[in-house]
Amino acid sequence: MSEVATATEAHDDHDHGHEEHHSSLGLSNMKLAMWLFLGSECLLFTALISSYLLSKTRFIAELTAGNPDVIRGTLGDNVPADVENGDRLANSGDLLEPFSEMFAEGTVEPLWDIPFTSFSSFVLLMSSLSMVLAHSAVSKGDYKNTRLWLGTTALLGSVFIGGQVYEFTTFFREGLTYQGTLFGSAFYTLTGFHGVHVTGGILMLGSLLFLSFRGKLQKDRAETVELVGLYWHFVDVVWVLIFTIVYLIP
Amino acid sequence: MTLALPPAEQKFDGSPLGALVRPRTSTGLKGWLTTVDHKKIGIMYGAAAMFFLLIGGAAALLIRIQLAAPNQTLLGGDAYNRVFTMHGTVMVFLVVMPIGAAFANYMMPIQIGARDVAFPRINAFSFWVFLAGGLMLNTSWFLGGGANGGWFNYAPNNGIAFSPSAGIDFWNLGLFIAGIGSLSGAVNLITTVLNMRAPGMTWMRMPVFVWMTLVTQFLLLFAIPVLTVAQLLLMFDRNFGANFFNVSQGADPLLWQHLFWVFGHPEVYLMILPAFGIVSEVIPAFARKPIFGYPFMVASGAIIGFMGWGVWAHHMFVSGIGPLSVSAFSVATMFIAVPTGVKILNWVATLWGGKLLMTTAMWFSVGLIVQFTVGGLSGVAHAVAASDTQQTDTYFIVAHFHYVLFGGALFGFYAGLYFWWPKAFGYLLDEKWGKWNFWSMVVGFNLTFGPMHILGLQGMPRRMQTYDDAMGFSNWNLVATIGSLILGVGTLLILVNAMISRRRWIADGRPNPGPDPWDARTLEWSIQSPTPEHNFDYTPQVTELDDFWHRKYAMDENHNLVKIADAKDLAQPGNGEGVHLPAPSFWPILLAFSMPIIGYGVMFSLWLTIPGGILMMASLYGWALEPADDLDPKIDDHDGHGELVNV
Repeated sequence: MSEVATATEAHDDHDHGHEEHHSSLGLSNMKLAMWLFLGSECLLFTALISSYLLSKTRFIAELTAGNPDVIRGTLGDNVPADVENGDRLANSGDLLEPFSEMFAEGTVEPLWDIPFTSFSSFVLLMSSLSMVLAHSAVSKGDYKNTRLWLGTTALLGSVFIGGQVYEFTTFFREGLTYQGTLFGSAFYTLTGFHGVHVTGGILMLGSLLFLSFRGKLQKDRAETVELVGLYWHFVDVVWVLIFTIVYLIP
Repeated sequence: MTLALPPAEQKFDGSPLGALVRPRTSTGLKGWLTTVDHKKIGIMYGAAAMFFLLIGGAAALLIRIQLAAPNQTLLGGDAYNRVFTMHGTVMVFLVVMPIGAAFANYMMPIQIGARDVAFPRINAFSFWVFLAGGLMLNTSWFLGGGANGGWFNYAPNNGIAFSPSAGIDFWNLGLFIAGIGSLSGAVNLITTVLNMRAPGMTWMRMPVFVWMTLVTQFLLLFAIPVLTVAQLLLMFDRNFGANFFNVSQGADPLLWQHLFWVFGHPEVYLMILPAFGIVSEVIPAFARKPIFGYPFMVASGAIIGFMGWGVWAHHMFVSGIGPLSVSAFSVATMFIAVPTGVKILNWVATLWGGKLLMTTAMWFSVGLIVQFTVGGLSGVAHAVAASDTQQTDTYFIVAHFHYVLFGGALFGFYAGLYFWWPKAFGYLLDEKWGKWNFWSMVVGFNLTFGPMHILGLQGMPRRMQTYDDAMGFSNWNLVATIGSLILGVGTLLILVNAMISRRRWIADGRPNPGPDPWDARTLEWSIQSPTPEHNFDYTPQVTELDDFWHRKYAMDENHNLVKIADAKDLAQPGNGEGVHLPAPSFWPILLAFSMPIIGYGVMFSLWLTIPGGILMMASLYGWALEPADDLDPKIDDHDGHGELVNV
């Protein structure tokens, strides 16, 4: 139990000017705080993913059972006139692509374009690599490469976000609206939340890049880059989960 | 992080991140608005909680007056719904939680021997954003008529179809905003406990209050995001037309109950644990004994923290969750009574054989032990699912949670106020008024909530706007109302006491109570009262549990306690020359108050989110680029660096 005291004394002997850096765990406050924040984020995404899974299951169950409200929700602007007039209930025969296939197969799979999303997932994962390289560069005082890799990371993140915007647009055109169905609400909320996290990360990377160009991101602030990196890797890992749970598992 | 001592005249290799000037005043209104001092922030948390206590208390008295006699018409059905909803919401989120935060902020850093929390500006932000959310919630009285869905705001009643007025939106967005403060506070305080302990302050030398703060903040860290998700889903449903709780689209409204109670059960423990921590400090001080079974006190608190996550569905026994779930949660709930029982046993064992000094703080602690035990026992009654099925949604439940939260938590907080008042304000609260305060609260409290056990078992439903004389509820309701009026006066006596004591202290020209008026045990008593702005002149070196006590007392060869030093001689003088403190900042309050602007925008007009968003982004960047310090430009420490990512 005395290691803490001894370690601190030794530290103080070496370096009188740094009492503010005394830390009981030997980890900087900022880094500890970032880990705690990410721990909290885990619960945020757990709750969102659970809500998504429940909503998806309920949607498929109601759709395949022919719930007329749910079917009407999938039709958007394409509600047949006799349904709109109330002359008859909506039924599964009114369903358009891809909902008719969802109805037939009992899953939401017909919606996905797995090769496309795999590609954008790959892009996002590669951005973790460039993030590591950025941190490594700034730790060595190599500011040119710091800017190169920070820029690359931000660019790859932006490509991913671009892919998400394209995907959302496509799904929307196919009839999956935010307000129409329970599944639409859940899908856009979960993936949109992740997208907002990535966008926040891009903003942070952009700010770091700006600081670096102004000469204010030097070796002694390498930890700042590391912290942004922690966040960035976390967001990537969450995407691996979301991609698996939402797109790959039937 | 900014607590460098002056010899640190190191030059920083990069140019500092300075773009904006920091405020310099630490006095007056501006001093309070821009402060980053954990003690001032703690006091503001306490003051805000007392303000909200007046609002929540007024709502409670309205409820009791409405129910004093059968067939009253003071409040109509809709008004009644709003009043009890706002009562519960305000009391839970804006009174009990912030008083806990007040003690954690003020006392925890001093008890671990630190000069401030890990992130002073984030600390200020946590407070202001809590206040912003709380005020926003309460503007619903004028702008939307008050929330009316109950404090747990069940779906699908909380949807637009059943609750078209804006009251629910205020509940949702106001608490969402206040929750951001709880979350940032949790990150900050956990970092502080884990990382900023004085040399030698090992895990098992931390005061029990510090331990309970740590457990509480971990509960907040993991519980708040779950509530946040529930609130976001509801916001998307109500304000943007999503379908998460839309039953006609196949949604399952039980989702709300699960999300809410996964948050809500840890929530009840994070309301009570700070009070447990406080009485664990007060009782040893006045029983003149160390706390009985310190490791068990710590472990039981931590176990409550873990097990608190596995019992949420006992709030849902009648929601149709199936026999297997009911059995599992029923057993888990019975188990969680064990660590709680350990705590009660240890307090009693600490009292046993002690030289009891029955101060007001001690009386309030004993009040907690007794009343919390009553509430705990009725809680175990709810763990039995068959019995709970009878009691759900009756006044029995109302009696139960008031016994644990008012008779338990609030009594514990009052104990803390009487105990630590001299440390914060430099004068003692009057003991005679204190006894009046305590006994009027005990009498009023038990008269109010004791009869509710009977009313509940007779079948009186909670949230019932009125009742007929023929139902047989009239007599006990009248008793409860009389009790509540006594309780209302009793609760306010602490404010009266504070004013009278202060005036008397000055009029009589009494001396400063000194660093250690109670001859107590922990580090906060080793510094002057009121606490100097920099807390410690030098970092204390800790060698054992209750370190300060052991520096005052030792055992002689016959195992008798002998005084070896006087607190006045041991205490740090409080002159603290050359201590460098973090400078005040405008950004926390600006960032905090940008959020309700966005919240109002979501409710009333999305255009408002634009100025709100601009203010928010400007505050974030202003914060991140704020210079380390302007007060003493020779010292260039690293404040501000890296906070870009951590606001």
